[in-house]
Amino acid sequence: MSAATTTKNFSVTLRVWRQAGTKQAGRFVEYAAKDLDPNMSFLEMLDVVNDELTLKGDEPIAFAHDCREGICGTCSCTINGKPHGPGKGIATCQLYMRSFREGDLITVEPFRAEAFPVVKDLVTDRSAFDKIQQAGGFITARAGSAPEANAAPVPKPDADLAMDAATCIGCGACVAACKNASAMLFVAAKVSHLGLLPQGQAERDRRVLAMAHTMDELGFGNCTNQYECSAACPKLISHDFIARMNRDYLTASVRSVFKVESASSGGGAG
Amino acid sequence: MATLESKVPPGPLADKWRKHKADIKLVNPANKRKYEIIVVGAGLAGSSAASSLADLGYKVKSFVFHDSPRRAHSIAAQGGINAAKNYQNDGDSVHRLFYDTIKGGDYRSREANVHRLAEVSVNIIDQCVAQGVPFAREYGGLLANRSFGGAQVSRTFYARGQTGQQLLLGAYSALMRTVGQGTVELHTQSEMLDLVVVGGQAKGIIVRDLVTGAIERHAADAVILATGGYGNVFNLSTYARGSNATAIWRAYKRGACLANPCYTQIHPTCIPVSGEYQSKLTLMSESLRNDGRIWVPKKKEDSGKAPGSIPEGERDYYLERMYPAFGNLCPRDIASRAAKRVCDEGRGVGTSGLGVYLDFSDAINRLGENSVRERYGNLFDIYHEITAESAYQQPMRIFPAVHYTMGGLWVDYNLMSNVPGLFVLGEANFSDHGANRLGASALMQGLADGYFVIPYTIGDYLAGQKPGSRPSVDAPEFKAAEENVRSMTSHFLGIKGKQPVSHFHKRLGKIMWELCGMARTKAGLERALREIPALREEFWASVNVPGSAADLNQSLEQAGRVADFIELGELLCRDALTREESCGGHFREEHQHPDGECKRDDEKFGHVAAWEYQGKDQVPLRNTEALNYESVKMSVRNYK
Ligand SMILES: Cc1cc2nc3c(=O)[nH]c(=O)nc-3n(C[C@H](O)[C@H](O)[C@H](O)COP(=O)(O)OP(=O)(O)OC[C@H]3O[C@@H](n4cnc5c(N)ncnc54)[C@H](O)[C@@H]3O)c2cc1C
Ligand code: FES
Repeated sequence: MSAATTTKNFSVTLRVWRQAGTKQAGRFVEYAAKDLDPNMSFLEMLDVVNDELTLKGDEPIAFAHDCREGICGTCSCTINGKPHGPGKGIATCQLYMRSFREGDLITVEPFRAEAFPVVKDLVTDRSAFDKIQQAGGFITARAGSAPEANAAPVPKPDADLAMDAATCIGCGACVAACKNASAMLFVAAKVSHLGLLPQGQAERDRRVLAMAHTMDELGFGNCTNQYECSAACPKLISHDFIARMNRDYLTASVRSVFKVESASSGGGAG
Repeated sequence: MATLESKVPPGPLADKWRKHKADIKLVNPANKRKYEIIVVGAGLAGSSAASSLADLGYKVKSFVFHDSPRRAHSIAAQGGINAAKNYQNDGDSVHRLFYDTIKGGDYRSREANVHRLAEVSVNIIDQCVAQGVPFAREYGGLLANRSFGGAQVSRTFYARGQTGQQLLLGAYSALMRTVGQGTVELHTQSEMLDLVVVGGQAKGIIVRDLVTGAIERHAADAVILATGGYGNVFNLSTYARGSNATAIWRAYKRGACLANPCYTQIHPTCIPVSGEYQSKLTLMSESLRNDGRIWVPKKKEDSGKAPGSIPEGERDYYLERMYPAFGNLCPRDIASRAAKRVCDEGRGVGTSGLGVYLDFSDAINRLGENSVRERYGNLFDIYHEITAESAYQQPMRIFPAVHYTMGGLWVDYNLMSNVPGLFVLGEANFSDHGANRLGASALMQGLADGYFVIPYTIGDYLAGQKPGSRPSVDAPEFKAAEENVRSMTSHFLGIKGKQPVSHFHKRLGKIMWELCGMARTKAGLERALREIPALREEFWASVNVPGSAADLNQSLEQAGRVADFIELGELLCRDALTREESCGGHFREEHQHPDGECKRDDEKFGHVAAWEYQGKDQVPLRNTEALNYESVKMSVRNYK
């Protein structure tokens, strides 16, 4: 038995977005990528191309990456028009060259969205996601104040569903895939994860309102239920969570109109 | 010569931490906001520390080189986190977790630290659940557990195969909460490139803004490093590509001792290397060893055959044969060496011959494919993506790979290094895992350090610092440190040599893996100590770092990290050469029992080796801290 299923090396042409900085104009540049082993990952292919560029005295292509196993959410290329490329349920780093053929022209761009400005080449600034989290993506539980873990059992179906939502890697493919550049799937996943757990109830209303408002403020678009987001999500997070979040948002909005808040309630992030 | 005072409190082992907490100096609540604390790193250790300290009222600045704290390497941990909850009623206890960890570490860790770790392990689970970490649960709604290597109880908590992700997102959410509240100032894409020591105490750092290239000075009353492990010194490893040793290495050059660098962990179950272009190795979680059986053909001649064609009687389930009590669940160092040995005998599988089978056919027969899918589906998917093979139909091929570093900056019981005011948490310190770490205990240690240890112990130091006494960033020490960083950067850009940075990293990795990997010899290490300095010279003469220092420049970032890895690699080999014994992950061929097990020398090496920098091209000084075992007896590890 051998390691590789496909064995022959092959060559492709890359059409890569090059942009020196946020304020500079960008353009596509073509590079030949030769003698590629089909068992190479897409990012390893970029490594090889970059080493060649360096030796030629060119600047290598800047691209974001870290774990290279689909969990950190750093890698973020749009490949042939699709965030994270042709595979289903994978991040860019989990794409292997065996998905391509001799002679292919592969277009590689950064995730495109107004809220994610390009930093350089294929690297974008996704700090807007952190800001949404700061607004309410948490359960306030200071270290030292937690009750015994098994004191509040969580029905397994709820725990499992919360986990489905919690698998989001914060890459932003959902935003890049959406024609409105909406961050709904990202926000809905966090709101659902925490809202499904008994521990998350105390801040449930405030959380969904604060996160949704911050998302709007940061320039993400509206959700018009196209569901391109779920299709591009490397964790295949279901768009059902968007419906769940909409329900939560509605309830919270109604409740917030009628709720009498103590003037001294203060604290927390807004 | 550095003073290495462990500051382990007196009294019976089980009372030390409680008593220490009662005796420790406190900082008055009104004064806390007058102290600024720098936390470098926001993995499990850094983010839990930053948010907990902010909640106490300190002013905290958090620095990460990532574009978001959520991307720290901790995110990739798969299998689980240990805690002595004894929810399974199977005989677990704080003492047993303590004992397993000490024994797993091959009696090379500090007893009192390990006991504290086991004590606070139970609080960690409470804390995480309160934050909304969606741990796996049983049908009744209570928390589920699984077993992990080196233990005979089921004490590992998990969230599918993504435990690190869920724990980190919990700690990250707390960090984001405090950033939102304005109690933590967050600096992303900011790489610490030097430690500033003023009057013998750590009082600040120099960072480079990776996007704008700006070099910044930051002063504080105390500095915490939680910057992770240095396993990428081997180039190929299960670490994230960006993980690096720069923070701890630059601190070492400012006087912090680096302890036991040769204790590195090689994980037995990773996907084998496929080619020269390889950039990382992917772990297949240890949890797979609960249901997978490891084997190779009995006969060399069979190693090229399809696994299905090798009859049961011709297979060697070597771990079950050699370690009947623990079988496939024996500790990592033992399982890795066993795999190396069968491959050295020519019985390895796969095209390279560097692989063994991890076979699930029994589990599939016993539990059904669906149950196996439920337990390990995501791991099988990862395996399929990388190798294009289905582990439901044929056994996985696995091979050991570098995975964790037990060594790190030396710290005392308060987690403070020998440089006062410099604290080190998580994988970056050396204290709790001895010569080998047991599975599911790094996550435990990172969160223990950040949530439950540092919030107490930092007060002991700060109480002795006058509020408002931190130096200004105009102090000459800051200026000198900034100069140091600037000159290194411009030097790199000026070399314009013939090879990309990656070329040197690959060559270093090969030297390290071949000569200082799973088995080490005197001759091999001496060779490494000739080859690495030569590589270092070549690097500084002929590396090519394109671009400028005034914007995002990944080659420049990488150059600094690889420069440090080369120097650290040399120290690692020196440490391995000096430690004339075998223990845990450090295996010296010359020191083994007839059955191939590690032969420790407690008399001569029952100590921590903490290396002290003596200047460029000078041989570093080897300080020692004796390991005194009050409660357990040092004995030969036995997993048979
Ligand atoms: C694939 C894999 C699976 C694992 N699975 C498990 C498991 O199941 N159970 C378990 O217990 N352990 C596991 N481990 C080990 C465990 O994940 C790590 O030891 C642990 O997460 C390290 O956490 P940390 O907080 O110390 O550091 P890290 O998570 O590595 O974080 C380091 C932080 O420091 C920052 N940083 C580093 N250098 C600088 C600098 N110079 N300037 C600014 N910032 C810097 C980074 O940005 C990052 O935020 C696994 C490890 C791997 C590789
Ligand atoms: S590099 Fe981490 S998800 Fe791709």
